Amino acid sequence: MSEVLLQVKNLKVHFPVKGGVLGRVVDTIRAVDDVSFEIHKCKTLGLVGESGSGKTTVGRSILKLAPVTQGEIYYDGKEIVSMQKRPFFPYRKKIQMIFQDPFNSLNPRMKVEDIISEPLEIHFKKMSRLDRQKRIFNLLDKVELSKDSMMRYPHEFSGGQRQRIGIARALAVEPDFIVCDEAVSALDVSVQAQVVNLLQDLQAELGLTYLFIAHDLAVVQHISDSIAVMNKGKIVEQGPSDEICQNPKQAYTQNLLDAAPIL
Amino acid sequence: MKNSSEILEVQQLSIQFKGRRGNVDAVKGISFSVPYGKTLAVVGESGSGKSVTAMACTQLLPKPPICEVSGEIWFEGRNLLALSEEEIRTVRGSGIAYIFQEPSTSLNPVYTIGFQIAEAIHLHIKNPGDVHLRVIELLDLVGIRDPEKRFGAYPHELSGGMQQRVMIAIALACEPKLLIADEPTTALDVTIQKQIMDLLLDLKRKLKMSIILITHNFGIVNGFADEVMVLFRGEVVEFGSVKDVLKTPRHPYTKALIGCIPRLNQKKRRLTTIDHEIVS
Repeated sequence: MSEVLLQVKNLKVHFPVKGGVLGRVVDTIRAVDDVSFEIHKCKTLGLVGESGSGKTTVGRSILKLAPVTQGEIYYDGKEIVSMQKRPFFPYRKKIQMIFQDPFNSLNPRMKVEDIISEPLEIHFKKMSRLDRQKRIFNLLDKVELSKDSMMRYPHEFSGGQRQRIGIARALAVEPDFIVCDEAVSALDVSVQAQVVNLLQDLQAELGLTYLFIAHDLAVVQHISDSIAVMNKGKIVEQGPSDEICQNPKQAYTQNLLDAAPIL
Repeated sequence: MKNSSEILEVQQLSIQFKGRRGNVDAVKGISFSVPYGKTLAVVGESGSGKSVTAMACTQLLPKPPICEVSGEIWFEGRNLLALSEEEIRTVRGSGIAYIFQEPSTSLNPVYTIGFQIAEAIHLHIKNPGDVHLRVIELLDLVGIRDPEKRFGAYPHELSGGMQQRVMIAIALACEPKLLIADEPTTALDVTIQKQIMDLLLDLKRKLKMSIILITHNFGIVNGFADEVMVLFRGEVVEFGSVKDVLKTPRHPYTKALIGCIPRLNQKKRRLTTIDHEIVS
């Protein structure tokens, strides 16, 4: 077994609900409630659950995009939840995210070239303009987009192509770990298959580690080495992907499996 | 002309969009029909022309010169494409109703859901009676709990599945004879998808509607539709009963579409993708 890259221990994310005239906290929503898991290097963990189960919040808290109430996240042995902004900065380069909606996650006023070069300007300040351009060429080639797409705007692309731009942007800074938050859920089945294949090829080529968040168990089983099933902020079942899909122990997992369309 | 066993009959429908960089033939002379009380599934990828075909049925496409629609669409003894704006309004809602893909963008965020369902009733029914009561009945019909309380709710207070139920309630408000569901579950979770499909199947039996289901996923066609039509680049490449097409697809495009769906407990290193060169 390879070494552990990411370890999440007793993670809790609670959102306060404010109410009344004074805006006092009247209730809390336990979006993530005591979640623990670990991901090994070059492996994929699938995180499954219905909307509202807290799976996206788990993904976001790894990038410090969600306020963690309690718990620890170890990345390569280092605790990152308690880290200040400055020491966390290099981790922003190592951990990247691919978002759900390819229509809203790209700035419509930026050319593809600018979209992909923005993370490079932040994390590779010393890179020359020519090198940067070369890198963008290579990235577009990797995600199977033509070179002339550099000068075009997001609205000129289809959903699948836009998701490829999102992947190229995530890959630009040479990350080790990518959170794929429903990266293929919004796509047509045929395009979904292409993007899933691309993600797997890139994993084999670059040695990436994925946290693959989705609600469709069939896709998750295909891409993941192990699966964690979430419901109402808690992980109800966790294990190797084939075992979860063939002998689910929890009724909730069985429900998810039953909901999948059968051909 | 119009066969009595068919609720909708489309003959040689062509749709062309005019653009600065040349014209696009979105639909190239397709013909099909929907029998009374049956469900037809229209399957194809994005860009195959399935949504524009549906929109042409009630003249929802832009007017010429932007868009040219030719052919005939027969519904209850009338050619829908030849009707005037006023006449087509009587077909919309009570004759043919739609459910669109994205419930969150199809609902108006500044009105309550009760108001939006009532609006559909006011627009299409002449003597509606007690509209408030009718709206509550509809909310109950589509499986929304506490319909009296939900009457005053705004779309953002509801989940995606609930919003889609409201869309279905709006579509059913005028008791349409034909319901066109354009990718009704694409934006939803698998569990909610199953609920919505079960709900549509149940309503179809109760209200004896005909349904056209538009989708890109063969997975939800099985067990829901009677017949399936596969569109590829604006042309019908396969037509037949769902069982036959799923079991023995003849056209390579249909085979590819079925093949690229990931299945549970299927050992495969790569998912199959569609090779458009070979298919066409």
